[in-house]
Amino acid sequence: MRDRVRASFDSLFQTLEARLEERDEPHHIRVQVGSATCENAAGSDAAREAFERSIEASGRTDVRVVQTGCTGRCGREPIVGVMVPGEMPVQYEEVDGEKAHRIFVEHIQKGRPFVEPADGPREAAPRYDIIFCRSAQCDHMRDHDVGQLIRERLAARGVQQHRARVVDANCFGLCRHETPGPSGHVLIRPVNVVYKIRSEEDVDELIDRQIGRDEIVEHLKVEQAPLSERFFQLYGGASFLYRQSRIALRNSGLIDPEDLAEYVHFNGFEALVNVLSEDDPHALIELIGRSNLRGRGGAGYPTFQKWRFGRDSLSDEKFVICNADEGDPGAFMDRSMLEGDPYSVLEGLVIAGYAIGASRGFFYIRAEYPLAISRIEKAIEVCREYGLLGKNILDSGFDFDVEVRLGAGAFVCGEETALIASIEGHRGQPRVRPPYPTDVGLWGKPTVINNVETLANVPAIVLYGADWFSRVGTKRSGGTKVFALSGKVRDTGLVEVPMGTSLREIVFGIGGGLARSRDLKAIQTGGPAGGCIPASKIDTPVDFDTLSAEGAMMGSGGMIVMDEDDCMVGIARFFMAFSQDESCGKCTPCREGTTRMLEILDRLVEGRGAPIDLVNLERLAKLVGKASLCGLGRAAPNPVLSTLHHFGHEYEAHVKDKACPAGRCPMKPVRAPAPLAEEPILEAPGLLPSRDDGDGGPPEKPDVGPDGRQPREEAPSR
Amino acid sequence: MTKKKKSPTDNWKQVRKRAVAVLPKEVVKLIGDVQKSDTRPRSRLITVLHRLQAIEGHLGPEELQAVALLLGVPAAKVTGVATFYHFFRTVPRGRFMVSVCMGTACYVRGAEEVRGRVAEELGIADGQTTSDGLFSLQDTRCVGTCGLAPVVMVNDDVHGNVTPSQVPAILELYRARVATPDRAAPDRPSASA
Repeated sequence: MRDRVRASFDSLFQTLEARLEERDEPHHIRVQVGSATCENAAGSDAAREAFERSIEASGRTDVRVVQTGCTGRCGREPIVGVMVPGEMPVQYEEVDGEKAHRIFVEHIQKGRPFVEPADGPREAAPRYDIIFCRSAQCDHMRDHDVGQLIRERLAARGVQQHRARVVDANCFGLCRHETPGPSGHVLIRPVNVVYKIRSEEDVDELIDRQIGRDEIVEHLKVEQAPLSERFFQLYGGASFLYRQSRIALRNSGLIDPEDLAEYVHFNGFEALVNVLSEDDPHALIELIGRSNLRGRGGAGYPTFQKWRFGRDSLSDEKFVICNADEGDPGAFMDRSMLEGDPYSVLEGLVIAGYAIGASRGFFYIRAEYPLAISRIEKAIEVCREYGLLGKNILDSGFDFDVEVRLGAGAFVCGEETALIASIEGHRGQPRVRPPYPTDVGLWGKPTVINNVETLANVPAIVLYGADWFSRVGTKRSGGTKVFALSGKVRDTGLVEVPMGTSLREIVFGIGGGLARSRDLKAIQTGGPAGGCIPASKIDTPVDFDTLSAEGAMMGSGGMIVMDEDDCMVGIARFFMAFSQDESCGKCTPCREGTTRMLEILDRLVEGRGAPIDLVNLERLAKLVGKASLCGLGRAAPNPVLSTLHHFGHEYEAHVKDKACPAGRCPMKPVRAPAPLAEEPILEAPGLLPSRDDGDGGPPEKPDVGPDGRQPREEAPSR
Repeated sequence: MTKKKKSPTDNWKQVRKRAVAVLPKEVVKLIGDVQKSDTRPRSRLITVLHRLQAIEGHLGPEELQAVALLLGVPAAKVTGVATFYHFFRTVPRGRFMVSVCMGTACYVRGAEEVRGRVAEELGIADGQTTSDGLFSLQDTRCVGTCGLAPVVMVNDDVHGNVTPSQVPAILELYRARVATPDRAAPDRPSASA
């Protein structure tokens, strides 16, 4: 078995490599232009056309324009990378047609890369970048910070800035090369060699030989390439990017997402080959367990548990589903992964399918992501063509196929039982759990549902080992998390950092602090299910448990930075309006509770609130949180509760002074507030008797019928 | 369970013919295809509705009835699904769909003001269509381009970093497209210069 799979893959590998070699000769210049929804919106098509025109006009045949996914640096798109062999790769930002032309003339034709003041405080590229991994997980040298030591030695030798520059990186996932004793790793650009430093003498030797005399120091070299080597190779120059550690996004922005050959060239499908040739699903599940991988969809449920339950359920048919119904407003990491590196998500799904013994997989993708849908569909098609999907994958005897199903704009479908209902063709309404989908799922069969980011991590874990993955991260959750950083922060975009990184590092270190020199007020995480963390808690390390302890939630990873101009009551109202609108209407606490909470919040932001409103709001919030059927309802009160807890004074100002401290709320002149203010709204605990404003569907039309009950009637009868 | 297929109704030929007449050919073909290839064709209801809306622009009552008949799903259920999901529209839309993103990032950066201005300029509220049939206004959930917030989409065009004062100019762009004979799109020379 082992040899058969390997042989089958080797021949595939050779075919694809040959194709790459034929296309890219070593002296070829590669121009990478971002191509993803956001890049296209920012105008990357114009940049690509400009390059293509220039190349055609100049008659050069050694320059190739390649599309890549997005690097996640949304605020500066479109992004173009120019890679001239033997030289430091250069990254240009905000490239329009005109700038593209200038890049071609100056950089490619005349060989003079240029730096613009608009790109921020970035000096011209030096001869060498010394990128130092300062991850907390590495055992650094006894008393010295290796980065500091290198800086000191460089200064002592009088090495100039344009010769060598030291860059602190967050972690480049080299920990698996660790041997006992103090050590640290550095990556040298543009030669792209990784050295392992064990002593001060090593530092001296490195500087003398590599930096001073351009020699490779063989005996310090680490043989195996780190996972993120290529990432640093291209993007090591910008602090927004080098302070990240990329595992899930390892290929985004680096490879052509529509080219299987490029994916395979960078270890693509190697993990699947390992798994199939080991032929031991239990060991695989065990491996994922040791890696401490937890579901990235929000709740953080250990992935291996789901797999194990799925594996242990007995059935003739099982399914795996990739949940790509990324509905949180303000989160777009799943889209970026699907658009930038579809094959790695697909590979993760096939491995998951193999682990539990499924024969069919589904991608459930939001209809609002047309580019992601088309890239995944294309990836599936290509994989079928090369025998990576379908019958007898890689001659292993394992059959597995995948199809895409589209969502249709219902936030609740991110909940697993609602998602299953939607794939079955019903209204996306959740049902009571247990039974969990791992026992009774799609069409009543055992089904494992994993998030996009979770699956993107799986091949890396298989390839680089569970110990490595669990060391990047905290004790209770391994690996990294991708956050979509946006709001009032200077550099917006996707940020992948090890679990346990502080909010301060994300917002100030990577995001460059706040835009427009305002003070940070709060950070909202977890979307409508999450909460606001006040500025005073900025040093909170981020992982599933710490965020929950603060009343927020990891959620899928939206992170919205808010400054003093943002009103917390307004934000709570915004999320409540979202949850109310998205409530599927099946259970009363959520349907009615969110509506009433929204009414109260509406009164508050309009300056018509009464003191009793705050009491009622909190009571109602707690009730909805306890009594709702699914995660949407149970988490819907979080934004209210966390802002009440941390920013109670703002609520009071809205009620007592009829004023919005941030000046955002549309406080209306007080219109006879008497009846609302005097009368306690909730006389008895529990929910208000509904005054029937038509939300639940008036019953006078018998032909439409009580279809709210349909899914429940149909689902178990299969 | 393993019985041979029976006609759903006594007058199935007539019923089918009427249903087929209402739907675009492509949709009829899609339904036929899934019934042949998929072991659970009824689960493809949402797929079929997506295709239908992509062609027709919206899902009318007659079309929904026809889908129900052909796919063998109760009409009440088809209506239930079509009205449950935000993506499906049961009334015709204007030629240009103006979607103001109301995701969190856009909200914090002032999407409400932008939406107010759009509504004011067009004189319609969310979910409505202008009387000339040109514009429909719709809130949309995050389109995932938070770096460009606030974002307004007009059909497939994304306008980023929009301020309320830019709104009239953006709308004018599309009005102009209609005013001049609509030759622009197919004829646009892409290989010039």
